[in-house]
Amino acid sequence: MEFAELIKTPRVDGVVLHRPFMPTVEGTLCLTGHHLILSSRQDNTEELWLLHSNIDSIEKRFVGSLGSIIVKCKDLRVIQLDIPGMEECLNIASSIEALSTLDSVSLMYPFFYRPMFEVIEDGWNSFLPEDAFKDLESMTDEWRLSEVNKDFSVCPSYPALVAVPKDVNDDTLRKVATFRHSGRFPILSYYHKKNGMVMMRAGQPLTGTNGRRCKEDEKLINATLRPGKRGYIIDTRTINVAQQAKARGGGFESEANYPQWRRIHKAIERANILQESLIKLVEACNDQSHSMDRWLSKLEASNWQTHVKEILTTACLAAQCIDREGASVLVHGTDGTDSTLQVTSLAQIILDPACRTIRGFQSLVEREWLQAGHPFQQRCAQSAYSNSKPRQEAPVFLLFLDCVWQILRQFPCSFEFSESLLVLLFEHAYASQFGTFLGNSAAERTKLSLPEKTVSLWSWVNRPQELERLTNPLYEANSLVIWPSVAPQSLLLWEGVFLRWNRSSKCLDEAYEEMVHIIEYNKELQNKVNSLRRQLAQELQKER
Amino acid sequence: GTLYLTATHLIFVESSSNNSTSILHHHIASVEKLSLTTTGCPLVIQCRNFRVVHFVIQRERDCHDVYSSLLRLRQPVSYEELYAFSYNPKQNDQQREEGWQLIDLGAEFERMGVPCDQWQLTDVNRDYKVCETYPRDLYVPITASKPIIVGSSKFRSKGRFPVLTYFYQEKKAAVCRCSQPLSGFSARCLEDESMLQAISKANHNSRFVYVMDTRPKLNALANRAAGKGYENEDNYSNIRFQFVGIENIHVMRTSLQKLLEVTGTRSLSMSDYLVGLESSGWLRHIKAIVDAAIFLTKAVTGEGASVLVHCSDGWDRTAQVCSLGSLLMDPYYRTIKGFMVLIEKDWISFGHKFADRCDQLDGDPKEVSPIFTQFLECVWQLTEQFPQSFEFSEWFLLQIHEHVHSCQYGNFLGNNQRQREELQLRDRTHSLWAFLMSEKQNYLNPFYSPAFSELHPVLEPSTLPYHFKFWRNMYHQFDRSMHPRQSILKTILTLRENSRNGESMLQALENVSALTELQQLGVTPVATSEPPAPPPTRDQRSNDGQEEVGEEAIEGTDTERTVEGSSATESRKQRYGELEGTYNSELAKEEPAVVSLEFGVARMTC
Repeated sequence: MEFAELIKTPRVDGVVLHRPFMPTVEGTLCLTGHHLILSSRQDNTEELWLLHSNIDSIEKRFVGSLGSIIVKCKDLRVIQLDIPGMEECLNIASSIEALSTLDSVSLMYPFFYRPMFEVIEDGWNSFLPEDAFKDLESMTDEWRLSEVNKDFSVCPSYPALVAVPKDVNDDTLRKVATFRHSGRFPILSYYHKKNGMVMMRAGQPLTGTNGRRCKEDEKLINATLRPGKRGYIIDTRTINVAQQAKARGGGFESEANYPQWRRIHKAIERANILQESLIKLVEACNDQSHSMDRWLSKLEASNWQTHVKEILTTACLAAQCIDREGASVLVHGTDGTDSTLQVTSLAQIILDPACRTIRGFQSLVEREWLQAGHPFQQRCAQSAYSNSKPRQEAPVFLLFLDCVWQILRQFPCSFEFSESLLVLLFEHAYASQFGTFLGNSAAERTKLSLPEKTVSLWSWVNRPQELERLTNPLYEANSLVIWPSVAPQSLLLWEGVFLRWNRSSKCLDEAYEEMVHIIEYNKELQNKVNSLRRQLAQELQKER
Repeated sequence: GTLYLTATHLIFVESSSNNSTSILHHHIASVEKLSLTTTGCPLVIQCRNFRVVHFVIQRERDCHDVYSSLLRLRQPVSYEELYAFSYNPKQNDQQREEGWQLIDLGAEFERMGVPCDQWQLTDVNRDYKVCETYPRDLYVPITASKPIIVGSSKFRSKGRFPVLTYFYQEKKAAVCRCSQPLSGFSARCLEDESMLQAISKANHNSRFVYVMDTRPKLNALANRAAGKGYENEDNYSNIRFQFVGIENIHVMRTSLQKLLEVTGTRSLSMSDYLVGLESSGWLRHIKAIVDAAIFLTKAVTGEGASVLVHCSDGWDRTAQVCSLGSLLMDPYYRTIKGFMVLIEKDWISFGHKFADRCDQLDGDPKEVSPIFTQFLECVWQLTEQFPQSFEFSEWFLLQIHEHVHSCQYGNFLGNNQRQREELQLRDRTHSLWAFLMSEKQNYLNPFYSPAFSELHPVLEPSTLPYHFKFWRNMYHQFDRSMHPRQSILKTILTLRENSRNGESMLQALENVSALTELQQLGVTPVATSEPPAPPPTRDQRSNDGQEEVGEEAIEGTDTERTVEGSSATESRKQRYGELEGTYNSELAKEEPAVVSLEFGVARMTC
C-alpha cells in the first residue's frame, strides 16, 4: 500500500493553527505519510511537526466555507486547524483519520525513520538480560539464567533468557509454565542485596474451581525461601476478584498447598477500569468551567488518584516485606503483565538506589516492562480522547510513571533524572519515531526485527545533549531505601502531564531555570575555591 | 515522658531522648478527655496551628487535673494574662521601641503618593470620636469636608465610612473601604452620596467608581431588613455596583472545621479526601476571595477606576479583598517588609478583630473565624503560581500564622487600634515584625527575582479550579510523615548559604595568594581573578555581611537531611506519652527558664 493513496490533499495554504497559550500561526499545511506539518515559511517561527500516530481523534467543525479540525493527541494536547475550503478540510480530515489508524505495525514511522543524530551507543544492546545477570552473579550464586524459553514457546510473553532458582531445572519450568497464566512461571524480578531477599513475579496459578495443584510450582517458589522463613505472595487483586477468576480456570495459591507463604490481596484495578479513569480525568482537566466543586467532584469521580494511591501502597507493601520483614515476595495478578509490573518496578525504585539513576531507570523499564512482556502496543494504541470503544487500551504504564513522579516529588534530591524523563517516556510509549515501544513482547520484537530495522529510544536518550536535559540538578546519590507517604494529602495531580497544555508554565519554568542557576553557580564557586586552595597549599610547600 | 505545665506552656519531655515539645497555652484550641483505656486516660489537644497531640496519662485523677488546668489556662479572661505581657526576649526599652517603629503607616501612604492634590490626611478621627474601630490617621478625598465625613459615617455600619486604603499612583485610582450603608429598604444619606461622589471626582481617569459588595447578594438583601444593606445605584451618581459573593465568618468557620475533620481522619481514602475537600467548600471560598481580588485589580490597573470595597462591617471580607488586591497590584507588598506593612495597614490598623476571630480571650465562639488564615492561604496559592514574585517563602506565612495565635507579641492583641493604645502594648509588649525581621534569612525565597517583578508588576493569576491546592504545609504542619522527605526550598537555601560562604572564602584565599605571590616574586599583584559573576538574576544583597571564613565553612556545609522518613520520634499525631506522676503544682507557677520559641516550620521540613 502506498501512503499517497491515503493522502487526498497533500497541501493546503492559508491554514491557521491555534494552540493554547501560544500565538496563532498561519501557514501551509502538508501531509506526509507519517507527519502532519504546518509551516509558516518564515524564519524564527515555530513549525508544527505532528506524528500521525500521536493523533488520538479528530473533530470537524464548519462555519460557512471555513472548516476547522480539532486534533486531539495522545500526549493530551489539543490543537485546532482552521482550513479554508470545505473540500480541503474534509480531505485533510479523512486523510488524517486514515493515517493515524494504520493497522499494520510495519507501516509505522519507526520503520522509516533514519536518525539525524550520531548514535554513540546502540540502545538495542544497552540492556541485555545477560548483562543484568552478570550483576546478579556478582551478588549471589543461587540463581541461574535459563534458556528454556529460547524460542518463546514455553511463555510467549517472556524474554528468551530468564533468571530462575539454580536448583530448578528446565523440565520443572516447563511443567510450572502449564500451571501459570499464559505460561508465566515465577521468575526473578529483583534481588535485595542488603539481606538476600528476592522479589519474583508470575501469572496467576491455574487452580480452577477444583483446586488443581502443581508440585513443581510449589517446589519452584519454595526454593527461594531460606530455611524456616516464610514468604509473602502479593496478589494485586481483591480476594473476590481472585475467587471469580477460579471460574475461568485461574485462581490463587491456597494456604494448604503453600503453607510457607502468606497471601495478601490488594485492590489494583483492571485495565479497562483504568482506561475509563484516564478518560474521565482528562475530561475533568479540560473542563474550563470555573467551578471548584465541579472540578473536585470530577477529579474524585475519575478515581485516578485512588489508583495511584493503591498502586503505591501495594509497592510499599512489597518493599516492606523484603526490606523490613526480611521475607521473599512473589507478586502476581491475573496475567502478570500489568498490575504485577507496576508493583515490582515501583518496589525496586523504593528499594534500589540504582533504579533512581538515569541509566538504572532505563534498565528498569527495559527489564520490568519491555522484557517482562507488558503489551505496549495494545495498551497504548489509544489514549484519553479516543472515540472508538476501548479494546485492550489502558494507561498501566502511565500510572507507573505517575507513581514514580509522586516519589520523585517526595524525594526531589534522590533521583538522577527529572520529571522530563518521565514525560518523555509517556510520550514515546504512545507515539514515537523509535522502535522501543513497538510490539507486545520480546518475541514480537524479535519477529519484527526491530533492532535491525528501527532505532532504539535509548540510543537517542543516551547522548550528552539529551542526558543534560533530563538530569535532575538537585541529585545527590542516596543509598537508602526511600519510603514515600501514601496519605491522600501527600499525593498530587501530575500537572506536568495532565495540565501540561492547560496552563502557562512560563513562571514555573523560569523559576526552575533560576534554581539551576543557583546550583551551577554554587558548584562553580566551590570548584574555584578548591583549586585555589590546592594551589596555595602547593605554593606553601614549595616555600618550605 | 514527663508532662509539665507552666504558666505559659505545656511541655512534654521524652524520657528516652530528652526531646521536648512545648505548646503555648494560647495555641490550644480544644482539649478533650477520651474514655479510659487499659493504658490510661487519653487526652487529645488540638492546636490553632493545626497540631494535634495525644497524651495518655496513667492515673485518671491526674488526667482530670491536667484537663481542667488546661481548660482554664487556654482561655484567659483578661488581656494582662496573655503571654505577650510576660514574654521577655531580653531586649532593652530602646530596642523594643525601635521594633515598634519598624512599620510606619504614614510613610507607607507617602510611598503610595498620598497625600496629593486629590487625597488628604484628615484628623477627624484623631480621638476615635467618629469611628472607634478605625485608626487615628485616615485619608479621604480633598473635597470630602468634615460634615460630609461625619454624615457619611452615621450612615455606615459601626461608623466605618469610606476611606483610602491603597492608591494606585500610575492611574491615580484609589482603593477605598468602608462598611455597609444603613440603607434599609429606602433610606438614603446625602452626605454619603457626596462622599462617593468625592471619591469618584478624585480620579480623572474614570467617570465612575466601582462599589464592590463582597457578600453574596442574598446576605446583603437579608441585611436590608435590619436597616442595613447596600447602595442603591439610583441614589448614587456614577457608581457601578457589584456583588462578589464571599461567604460570612460563620460559613468560613464551619468550612474549616469540616476540612480539619476530613484531613484528621485516620487512614483516609483518596475518595473520602477529595469528597471531603469538596464538601468542606474550603477551596471554593479561597477561590472566591482570589476572584474578588482579581476583579478589584482589573478595575484599578486595567480600567483605572477607583473602587470602594465593603462587606457588612468592613473588617473581614473587606480586609481580605483589599489586602490581596493590593498585593496583586504592587510588588512592594510581595517583599518581606512590604507584606508586614500590608498586614499592619489593612488588618491591624483598620480593625480586623483579631482578639475575637482568633479567640484570644474567653469570648463568643461564634465570633471566631479563620479569616486571616484564609488571607495567608490566598497568598500561598499565589506563591505557587508565581514562584519568583515573592521575596518570602511559605515559612514566612506559616510563622506569621503561628504568632497571630501565639499572643506572644503585641501586634495582634485586641480588636482595634484604640484598644491597643489602652492596653499600652507598645510599652508593655514586643513587636513581632522586629523579631521576624531579625530572622529574615530564614524566610527568604531563593527564587525571588526583583527583575521579574519589574517586568510583571501586576500579577494576573489564573483562577481555574485546579490551580488551587490543599495547603498541606499549613494544615498538616506537624504531621511530618506527610511531607516530602527532602525539601527543595531548604536544599536551595543551603546552597545559597554555601555560595555566600564560598564567595568570601574565595576572597580570603585570593588575598592570601596575592600576598604569597608578592612575597615570592617581589612584584605588585595584578588584579586577582574575580569570583565568577553571580547569575544576573540573583539578589545582590545576598553578598553582604559575610564574615565567616574558615576551612569548615566550606567543607562542613553539606545539606543536612534526614532521608529515610518514618521518624518515630516525631509522628505528632500518635505521640502517646505517659505522665509519670511528676505533675508538679509548683511548677505551674514558674516561668520556664528558657522560653522555647515555637518554630514549627523548621521542624517540619528536613
